[in-house]
Amino acid sequence: MDGRKFKSLTRRELLKLTPVIALGAFAIPRLQMPLLKAGLDFSDWASARLFRSEHLTPTFADSDLTPFDKFPINDYDVNDPQVDFDRWTLTVSGAVQKPGDYTLAQIQALPKFMQNTRHVCVEGWDVIGNFGGAKLADFLSAIGADPTAKFVTVACADDYYESIDMATARHPQSLLCYEMYGRPLTREHGAPLRLSIPTKIGYKQAKYLTDLKVTHVLEKVGYWEDQGYSEFYGL
Amino acid sequence: MATRAVVIEDAKTGELRQAVYEHPFLVRFCHWVNAVALFVLVGSGLQIFRAFPSFGAKIPQKDLIDWPKWLAIGGWLGGALQWHLTFMWIYIATGLVYVGYQIFSGNYKQVLFVPRDVPDVWPMVRHYFFFGPKPPAREAYNSLQKHAYTSAIVLGALSVLTGLAIWKPVQFSWLAWMMGGFHWARLWHFLIMWATLAFVFGHLAMVVLHGWDNFVSMLTGWKKNPEYPAE
Repeated sequence: MDGRKFKSLTRRELLKLTPVIALGAFAIPRLQMPLLKAGLDFSDWASARLFRSEHLTPTFADSDLTPFDKFPINDYDVNDPQVDFDRWTLTVSGAVQKPGDYTLAQIQALPKFMQNTRHVCVEGWDVIGNFGGAKLADFLSAIGADPTAKFVTVACADDYYESIDMATARHPQSLLCYEMYGRPLTREHGAPLRLSIPTKIGYKQAKYLTDLKVTHVLEKVGYWEDQGYSEFYGL
Repeated sequence: MATRAVVIEDAKTGELRQAVYEHPFLVRFCHWVNAVALFVLVGSGLQIFRAFPSFGAKIPQKDLIDWPKWLAIGGWLGGALQWHLTFMWIYIATGLVYVGYQIFSGNYKQVLFVPRDVPDVWPMVRHYFFFGPKPPAREAYNSLQKHAYTSAIVLGALSVLTGLAIWKPVQFSWLAWMMGGFHWARLWHFLIMWATLAFVFGHLAMVVLHGWDNFVSMLTGWKKNPEYPAE
């Protein structure tokens, strides 16, 4: 083969690789954010597809429990928002038949479940805790939540807010949690009521709940999601 | 081995040289996309690790290492997760295309480490590390190269599986269980990253040692002056 002919052959082969340069779009500041958002959204879409309503998260023996004093306390601003327990209610609104203020006693009147489940933090640590409370699914039935609604959003005494997709909210291990380790929730752990959803990452399991809303569209996603975290983050 | 080979005649000097088509297009394409993806995944992975640089308990937390921020990608945990959760798909896609192509084209035969390669390993190790004589090259890849490239694919698959166990420890609870649970899966994922990096550094060192014609072959597919007899 002629040397020049070989050169043009190899040049053609090299040019075929030019699509690789498209990855450089990730280095362009104006394109970087939308591209990463698309990647995150795709991951969330895949997460939602992978979620199985009937699949239970592993539960553990009491001997596997992380000791209560070794259960981490994460908060985004304060770990005690000074909730007045005597006047506390959970304000329910949105696509429900019975909106209004619900007392802790009303929630505690629902069947109580206790489970030892793994709590996974987005930072990478994990602990096994004991959580007790009412099934969120039972509470949603009690307030007459619209079965076609898509989301449950919560607001908290520390101005934190979160949202849970309805399939996860109705999962049999999703709890409106008022006890940890057999005792009423302490203030740092979200007293008097928090979410315990072992099929979700930690930041979705909001503490110090004050409001619960059932909606068809996602009005507010969540505090950390608004900073750039995954919306769905199912485990 | 059905390697395409040509003899090139220099127009001016009339000198004859051999060249072989060593890397099909899809192999080269996947190689470079995968290289970028691996770079981003390691960088963002280390930023994610910075959020909890330990494999022990949260309380009390004993940090393994204070990994420098400038050696990481994403700026903070949330940013790093965006990079990681985006490029993992690119990494998986190029890995699947590569393996699929190798199988269907039969090209895997030139790179897959098989039991037949075992006897050639020791002479090659002696050559590389203990200044032993260079064993004659019979094909595009020697036994150690095959071992390295086959290991890289195994490590790639393991990094995806351990990553899946960390990302979805509930939906893939059996996978996490096989790795000793979520906690251990995170450690395996981390160790497999270092094993992959060991491959990358060895790979880069060999690229430097083997010179320009060898490097260009991963861009154009064609290698001039092959060290082995082309058919």
